[in-house]
Amino acid sequence: MYTDRMIVEPLAVLRQPLSVETLVARLEADTRGAGEGCGAVATFIGIVRATSQGRQVRHLEYEAFAPLAVKVFQGIADEARREWHDVHVGVHHRVGRLMVGETSVVVAAAAAHRDAACRACRYTIERVKQIAPIWKHEYFEDGDAWVEGAVADPADDRARLAARACACA
Amino acid sequence: MRVTVQLFARLGDLAGRREETYDLAPGARAADVWQAVVTAHPDVRALAGAVSCAINADFAPLTAEVHDDDEVAFLPPVSGGAGQDDRHQR
Repeated sequence: MYTDRMIVEPLAVLRQPLSVETLVARLEADTRGAGEGCGAVATFIGIVRATSQGRQVRHLEYEAFAPLAVKVFQGIADEARREWHDVHVGVHHRVGRLMVGETSVVVAAAAAHRDAACRACRYTIERVKQIAPIWKHEYFEDGDAWVEGAVADPADDRARLAARACACA
Repeated sequence: MRVTVQLFARLGDLAGRREETYDLAPGARAADVWQAVVTAHPDVRALAGAVSCAINADFAPLTAEVHDDDEVAFLPPVSGGAGQDDRHQR
């Protein structure tokens, strides 16, 4: 659980259930005093799906290299601010065992206007998927599988531009 | 000199452990650390050519020099954007 005395960092890897409202409130507060102020917050919520490749998912386990993941989130937030001025980006990613229907990741992007907020939100989740050191282990009724995509390389400009194209489609 | 090695996700499963220490000659590079891991745990070879490396929680090339007390992490491909053939089933 998030607690009142807990300072909610906008970029974090967390073991407890995620709270969209908490992250949104933090970003709204961060953006209020900047430039034109906060006029829009876009959010993305990633959820554990019941099926994967036709197999019934029993649960997932997410593993992260947390200190590096937070640095990667910060790099992505900086990239987003270079593309869309005055945008504030937050990423909360959960680790540990997650059941079907639980939230695995929340991305929020706050800006003065909806266009920048929506684009930065889409850009950020694409980049998180590309380069954050986070791994998903799927457990089925009859086996398990690590999901492996690309080798994480924050310096790979082709990946960055692909995420940007996605955000600006 | 001594370095701590961290192995994540499937790499840790293949090695049978997620953290260990290695003694290396001064001047060793991250690639030499990886070679020591492969020698100790030949199964991790399955991921050779597909790992990224971090030294003290910052991405680093395999050519980077390591120092005494460094934490060297090896990372398998991350889950994001995985395609149809990227699952390693058991």
